[in-house]
Amino acid sequence: MRVRSARWQRLVGLAPLLGLVLLAVAGCAENYPQTTLDPKGDFAREVDTLFMSTVWWAVGVFVLVEGLLLYAIVRYRSRPGGPEPAQFHGNALLEVIWTIIPASVLVFIAVPTIRTIFRTSEPPPGEPLIIEVIGHQWWWEFRYPEFGVTTASEMYVPVGRPVDLRMRTADVLHSFWVPQLAAKRDVFFGRDNRLWFTAEEPGVYPGQCAEFCGIQHGRMAHKVIVAAPADFARWVDGMTGLTAPVPVAEADSLAREGEALFRTRACLGCHALQAVNPPQGLIGPNLANIGARLTIAAGSLENTDANLAQWLRNPQDYKQGSKMPNLGLSEPDIRALVAYLRTQRVAAIPPAFPAGR
Amino acid sequence: MATTAVEHADVTAAHSSEPTGLWSWVTTVDHKRIGIMYGVTAFFFFLLGGVEALLMRWQLGAPDQTFLSPEAYNQLFTMHGTTMIFLGVMPLSAMFFNFMIPLQIGARDVAFPRLNAFSYWVFLIGGLVLNASFLLNAAPNAGWFGYANLTSKEFSPGLNIDFWVIGLQILGIASLAAAVNFFVTIMNLRCKGMRMMRMPMFVWMSFITQMLLMLAFPVITVALIFLMVDRYFGTSFYVPAGGGDPILWQHLFWIFGHPEVYILILPAFGIVSEILPVFSRKPLFGYAAMVFSGSFIAFLGFGVWSHHMFATGMGPIADTVFGLTTMLIAIPTGVKIFNWLGTIWRGSLRLTTAMYFALGFIAMFVIGGLSGVMHSVPPADLQQTDTYFVVAHFHYVLFGGTVLAFLGGAYYWFPKLFGRMLDERIGKVHFWLTFISMNLTFFPMHFLGLNGMPRRVYTYPEGLGFELWNRVETIGSLLLGVSFLVFIYNMLKAWRAKVPAPADPWEGATLEWSIPSPPQEFNFPETPTVYSRDPLWEHRRAHGPLPEPQRVSGAEIHLPNPSYWPLVTAIGIGVFFLGFLFGVTLPVILAGGALTAVGIYAWAFEPPH
Amino acid sequence: MMHDAHALPMDDTATGLDTRKLAIWTFIGSECLFFASLISTYLVYRGKSLVGPFPHDSWTSPSGEHFEPILEIPLVTVGTALLLFSSFFVVMALAGAQRGDRKALLTWLGLTIVCGAFFVGMQVYEFYHFVHKGLGYTTNLFGSTFYTLTGFHGTHVTIGVIWLVTLWILAARGKLPPEKALNLEIAALYWHFVDVVWIVIFPVVYLMR
Repeated sequence: MRVRSARWQRLVGLAPLLGLVLLAVAGCAENYPQTTLDPKGDFAREVDTLFMSTVWWAVGVFVLVEGLLLYAIVRYRSRPGGPEPAQFHGNALLEVIWTIIPASVLVFIAVPTIRTIFRTSEPPPGEPLIIEVIGHQWWWEFRYPEFGVTTASEMYVPVGRPVDLRMRTADVLHSFWVPQLAAKRDVFFGRDNRLWFTAEEPGVYPGQCAEFCGIQHGRMAHKVIVAAPADFARWVDGMTGLTAPVPVAEADSLAREGEALFRTRACLGCHALQAVNPPQGLIGPNLANIGARLTIAAGSLENTDANLAQWLRNPQDYKQGSKMPNLGLSEPDIRALVAYLRTQRVAAIPPAFPAGR
Repeated sequence: MATTAVEHADVTAAHSSEPTGLWSWVTTVDHKRIGIMYGVTAFFFFLLGGVEALLMRWQLGAPDQTFLSPEAYNQLFTMHGTTMIFLGVMPLSAMFFNFMIPLQIGARDVAFPRLNAFSYWVFLIGGLVLNASFLLNAAPNAGWFGYANLTSKEFSPGLNIDFWVIGLQILGIASLAAAVNFFVTIMNLRCKGMRMMRMPMFVWMSFITQMLLMLAFPVITVALIFLMVDRYFGTSFYVPAGGGDPILWQHLFWIFGHPEVYILILPAFGIVSEILPVFSRKPLFGYAAMVFSGSFIAFLGFGVWSHHMFATGMGPIADTVFGLTTMLIAIPTGVKIFNWLGTIWRGSLRLTTAMYFALGFIAMFVIGGLSGVMHSVPPADLQQTDTYFVVAHFHYVLFGGTVLAFLGGAYYWFPKLFGRMLDERIGKVHFWLTFISMNLTFFPMHFLGLNGMPRRVYTYPEGLGFELWNRVETIGSLLLGVSFLVFIYNMLKAWRAKVPAPADPWEGATLEWSIPSPPQEFNFPETPTVYSRDPLWEHRRAHGPLPEPQRVSGAEIHLPNPSYWPLVTAIGIGVFFLGFLFGVTLPVILAGGALTAVGIYAWAFEPPH
Repeated sequence: MMHDAHALPMDDTATGLDTRKLAIWTFIGSECLFFASLISTYLVYRGKSLVGPFPHDSWTSPSGEHFEPILEIPLVTVGTALLLFSSFFVVMALAGAQRGDRKALLTWLGLTIVCGAFFVGMQVYEFYHFVHKGLGYTTNLFGSTFYTLTGFHGTHVTIGVIWLVTLWILAARGKLPPEKALNLEIAALYWHFVDVVWIVIFPVVYLMR
């Protein structure tokens, strides 16, 4: 009897382990900005609630099955010279019971599942902000038909207003994903795939392409920047003003040099600097407001002067296979281009987002 | 365990009429030799797939590493998946099918011994073609799922995808030939009294697997044909510019791909269902329910393919239907798990290494099953799909499930295959090392996936919180590598020790334990007759333990002649497909076709006995 | 498949079915999924061609070139009928083989082969003719799905013809006695299957609008 209780204690001793596991899953969101477990949008929240209910069922079944297994292993270990165990072949009643129990658990999972499927398939409520999302190898393009604005890699949305994404691809399949705000949807040709969400809190929410799309799938990231409505309006104002590249001050000779380089060194063949009515069909991301972006290289590299210079020195170095070739720029050219690109910013961007978000 | 071994130390020397030498292996049609050839080849490929995984884990051990180039990483994850599925797990199953099915049903060989050799050679050629791509630095690089239209000529102009398509087509032929063979073998070659409902559970699960193979593989064959003609002739089956829709590939691929998952796991169910009763000294609990649940799983397997495609936006009706059919699979799977628990319940458990692995299988498979239910919920799957959460799920099913069961099967049947015992103490070290390191490797993937780490990324940046668990996984994977070294050491040690194994080291219930280890070429001197599901136990209860079976001459037993035509035909098929690899080369294709035709005719007109 | 049994010598099988016959049935089961996939793809892409020519409608290209509807029912109907008859002929040939009536065997089997060969010839002519009318393999989705589906069926018929010719030669040399009639029966099963597949393909491709 005492032996058995000791064994039971050993089993009970596993409980803290389970707790630890759950803690690790629930993890602090500050450390996991791309987590699905700390929703900041209604779609993601809906999914998270549903998911957590399946987690609790799973934990229950896990404890039951592993408990029975451990108990049987400990309890029915053979003893030397022991008699042959009873030779039973089955038990109809038991087998019916353990068919019905999982079936009924599934009903508890299925009913809310179906409800969520249909709720998330309805058109978004209210007057949504429509954003066209276009996947490219290996960056995301965002268009705001409401404002006539095009941008890339960083999507701005206001808090509280539903966002209706109309998504497609320009080349191969990709999958658009913002874990904390919504979930993911693949993008195809010839039809728009839809995804909508309403962001709840200002912040910078990272995401990245989730469908393998070629050599640089790993560095096809993006940020969704959720701004207070007033901040968002300021951003829109700034962007709608970008009908042409931002003019460079006469005095800034380095930037002017960079401007000349930008025009002559084939940059314009792939990139536009204006957000409004940019040339169509360019294979590089739109660079409007590049001077104020948080990241470069499709959301994967912090937008510092040093990083921008490193990128220009040889894009293939950081992002092998990228469609941007090594332009063989000299160091002075690079300095000039960095200075010029820094001038390409709209003043009214919400300035300070918490670092590291 | 091996107490009777010494008394029979002389049996191996007693008699051997079996041919030896390399040529005898090249021309063999003996299912046991072919099984061993499958096993050795597949284990080699399995280790190769493991090395590929270790290289990837090393790259992901820390953020922003440049140990592997993105291209190299993409090739490795593609080849890891393709290798493990088609060159590792499936042919390891084929090893068990080959060696064990005829023995367990009391047959002298499979129904078509030469077709069996043919399957092996075609498999070998397919595996070599796939891996030859490494030599040209053009290993497949679009994932084992090869989603269109990334695989089109426009986006994958290199030879990478060609190697993949050609390799898989060749392997498909091997699988189909083997499936027909084993299906017929199980149907027709059962010994007297071996009614369907008396077959060992491993044979049952294998039988269902063969049906899945026969019905699933033609679909991938067609899908690959479309890809081939798109690439070689410029059609537009998957090319949007020509009106094609890449989603067609996804449907065809997963109509094959989901049954394929059960092709990988059902044999493992069978093996565990053999091991548990023997080491519990108790018959399998709910035999009929096990058969029906296995069949039901296989049947449902054809109705759930779109659950791989929830993120494609199929609409609420399709999401609901495929979500529900997927959930249904949990019911027969649950029945299986509870029946295994019922089998050990109130038994008398001998905790051998084989039993350790079988019990470990249950413990780990449950985890994979539960995460499976989680992504049968379509909205939740929209977060989980294409993340490490899914990677965790299928590694719990395929490693925690299939591989642990196979390792259990290896410890259980090694004496029968090679006539040697594996060391139990090393075996337990092996088990614990595998068990702990697999959890270190795969469990943190759940956290990574839920916290936003996608699959198939060659690196990840600092600051997303992926560092710690990736580090843990890399350490776990290295330990997992070590665990296989322990396994290899155990096998080499057993091989060198030359201590013969008795015919029945475990007090087994099924027919393979009634004949010497390893079996003689003809398996059974007289084909047996059975009267129950556990013929040896029945005999033991009625008449006491069986005497150690003696090796007999068997000179009067007719066996199929060795033949090299299966190899010739297989080479013909290999040449035929190679004619497509480097652009359509008609002379090579015709030569291959001619060689295949010659092989088939010579084979057909060759006297088989 | 043709000569002696490849199977293990078994006096009687567990199911009572001949092992090779069971194998061909199994193989046919597998082939069903092969053709089902091809036919489904044809149906999925029906009407999805971006440019003509089309199966049942004429089409004028943007550059003013005119294309007639591609499919022509009469010729293929004859081919279909012959293929159907050949299934009957092969049954008669098998009956002859089982009776040991070599003359009947050779006659009926010969007729089967002629029908099969005509069908293949019809298809070759049809392909040639369609290409002439402007439908290449890569012209549009209709061309790609049509040639792939009917081409693979035609390949199956061709293999069947070669198989039957081989048996005819054996029979002519007296190597197909009644006790080996099973060799013909297996080929006949395959032949029937190829016919049945065409019975599905014919309406799906030629008749359905």
